[in-house]
Amino acid sequence: MINIFEVNETNNMIEQEKLDVRTITMGISLLDCCDSNLEVVKEKIYQKITTNAKDLVKVGEEIELEYGIPIVNKRISITPISLIGASCCQTVEDYVELAKTLDRAAKQVGVNFLGGYSALVSKGMTPSEELLIRSIPQALAETDRVCSSVNVGSTKTGIDMDAVRLCGQIVKETAERTADHDSLGCAKLVIFCNAPDDNPFMAGAFHGVTEGDIIINVGVSGPGVVKHALEEARGADFSVLCETIKKTAFKITRVGQLVAQEASRRLGVPFGIIDLSLAPTPAVGDSVAEILEEIGLEMVGAPGTTAALAMLNDQVKKGGIMASSYVGGLSGAFIPVSEDQGMIDAVTAGALTIEKLEAMTCVCSVGLDMIAIPGDTSASTIAGIIADEAAIGMVNQKTTAVRVIPVIGKGVGETAEFGGLLGYAPIIPVNTKSCEAFISRKGRIPAPIHSFKN
Amino acid sequence: MNKAIITVVGKDTVGIIAKICTYLAENSINILDISQTIVEEYFNMMMIVDVSNSKKVFGDTVTDLNLIGEEIGVNIHCQKEEIFTKMHRI
Repeated sequence: MINIFEVNETNNMIEQEKLDVRTITMGISLLDCCDSNLEVVKEKIYQKITTNAKDLVKVGEEIELEYGIPIVNKRISITPISLIGASCCQTVEDYVELAKTLDRAAKQVGVNFLGGYSALVSKGMTPSEELLIRSIPQALAETDRVCSSVNVGSTKTGIDMDAVRLCGQIVKETAERTADHDSLGCAKLVIFCNAPDDNPFMAGAFHGVTEGDIIINVGVSGPGVVKHALEEARGADFSVLCETIKKTAFKITRVGQLVAQEASRRLGVPFGIIDLSLAPTPAVGDSVAEILEEIGLEMVGAPGTTAALAMLNDQVKKGGIMASSYVGGLSGAFIPVSEDQGMIDAVTAGALTIEKLEAMTCVCSVGLDMIAIPGDTSASTIAGIIADEAAIGMVNQKTTAVRVIPVIGKGVGETAEFGGLLGYAPIIPVNTKSCEAFISRKGRIPAPIHSFKN
Repeated sequence: MNKAIITVVGKDTVGIIAKICTYLAENSINILDISQTIVEEYFNMMMIVDVSNSKKVFGDTVTDLNLIGEEIGVNIHCQKEEIFTKMHRI
């Protein structure tokens, strides 16, 4: 039978160390909403989302109350909208109409974000996909809850450099359109390489075409729990350190598994995957940087950071995989800057640069995330950053992504304020040497040699 | 059997257990086990209860117990047992 110490340990994790279920994300396929008439598509999309997700928020709140575990977000991911829009969208404005429909549906069911205003163009763009990408700045400026992503490369296909170049321009334009709010629109736009089909975390969530009709994915977090557990292992050797992280990851994932099963049962929707990601928030004690510092760095960014993060990311996956048969999504350690107080402090102190962050993305679970860069950074430089990240993902067979915010009207030394879970970020310097001639080349970078496994 | 765990943490005072037990009895919730400690005047108690015959839906019991806790100045949580067994048992 369970004892008082175990009960207290769990409750301390929740109350003191900020253990939470970060998101229950309902994946909804919109493939059956295609029609040649835009109005019909809008209506079908609205009906499908509002019918299937009508109880999502209520069920989330019930589970939260009964198990005493906070479920911070309830969200929706949908089929990449370019696949649906191809049947009916002739102009950028047509796509924006779909974005507004999605926004309306999200508000109706009470979810705070809906992801999947996306295109998968890792080898090439159809005219419709290009149209969708070009509509992103307007769509993000004119909606509140819609999140967008573009997958520009993969290990199997190489990198579509035409899409990379276009995405550099789109990030810049999105920043300009939301300049009044420190270019907040860019916080809702992720450029991926090797994007997973079942990621429940925003802004990059979408419901891949390999998925079923409706599915429940759950994202669990808990950097504070890992940090606390590691405080007990100060000075211990690596085997003890790894064991501690694995045990903690196991415990956290089991809670996610329970919540996912309950949500799946109560909603009558199949369970997809658990994504165990250490996802920091700006709250003190909820930081991945602090874990790295607890492992032994004076400040994140110091030599040793990449090795410490590689170990952390791997142990989190190993502990999580033991706890649930279906671990998926991104699973590992996120390293956003604006959402992590330790990262913010390190950037402010000059200990953490964008180049070090890029190195860290070789071993973390995603990529360059929530990094504020000077507003005058050119579109080609942003495309260069995207290309570098995509190359890391392609060659290392991992997911990488870029979510940078060129803060219009601000420069190095100033701070961008995004508010809420998105936090704030000191603007980080970017190498100002040009890559214009490289980015201007047309075509794609071929898939690497080790992708040929057939 | 449908088990839940009630935890009480707060400054020790007269009648904490009495108040909770009265509520549980009134709602046909059976107590299976109680353990408690007092650390530096802080009362720390855990009860394992069976809610299968409870007169109330579980969410209401959680809310009621929270309110009783507020009245007597302690923290009372009531959670389904699975969150603990899933985490601590393979």
